[in-house]
Amino acid sequence: MHPFALAAIGGVMIGTSAVLLMALTGCIAGISGIVGGLLPPKPVADRSWRLAFILGLVAAPAALRTFSGDVLIGPPTVGTPVLIAAGLLVGIGTALGGGCTSGHGICGISRLSVRSVVAVVTFIAAGVLTVFVTRHVLGA
Amino acid sequence: MRGTLTGLLAGFLFGLGLCLSGMTSPAVVQGFLDVAGAWNPALLFVMAGGVAVTFVGYRFLVPKSKPLWASRFSLPTATRIDTPLLAGAAIFGIGWGLAGYCPGPAVVSLASGRIAVVVFVLSMLVGMILVRWMRSGSRASMPSLAAEENR
Repeated sequence: MHPFALAAIGGVMIGTSAVLLMALTGCIAGISGIVGGLLPPKPVADRSWRLAFILGLVAAPAALRTFSGDVLIGPPTVGTPVLIAAGLLVGIGTALGGGCTSGHGICGISRLSVRSVVAVVTFIAAGVLTVFVTRHVLGA
Repeated sequence: MRGTLTGLLAGFLFGLGLCLSGMTSPAVVQGFLDVAGAWNPALLFVMAGGVAVTFVGYRFLVPKSKPLWASRFSLPTATRIDTPLLAGAAIFGIGWGLAGYCPGPAVVSLASGRIAVVVFVLSMLVGMILVRWMRSGSRASMPSLAAEENR
């Protein structure tokens, strides 16, 4: 199947997950929020569904490996120092901005939240600029 | 228990979607952000598919007063476009562009067993804890930081 068709099907699965979570538990399927709620200094009270969600995320590639023989996980494109810096930035940014590609991107846009649309435009612009600088200016 | 099982199922479905769509390959994500190079629009298809289903699904839920297994919908209440939102999104975007990982795909990629992914996720958790720690200490002086978040 063409990668773009798979991408759209994957998107539909992500959307189905978000609707399921909202319909049954009333929660937004935002990964940074789900993970962040478990962290100190003040972890939230409803931790079990969050832990289960994360377990589900990690179990998915294992299931794919069983049925298709491929986990469909690509290798990192950068070295460890860049991964550490990028990880810190992603953690700080999503916690400060209150969401990531899923919470603001999928769920926020679907709720027609102006905050989320602004966040999505901002993080895509920052990402585009970053890739432009690292690949085409610095030539990394 | 029902909530936990829902979380597990939703997480599993979400993870499958991320893997199938190619979002668990940093090269594909960075390809989307590389508009001046060999642009890969795959992420657009993921967003389109995801938003289409979620938009329609959420509309069906709007008339309902509460979710099936909880007392209320936990929706973000903040509407202000403030500095934390803009700065946070910009900082996240820089990290996203540098490594090609956002939180979901990074967590899913832990299943690959690569130490590099573990390092990224641990760094991400440290970043999140830093902000949560800062926010809990400055709640009184910076009310905008304490606003309900889109999570």
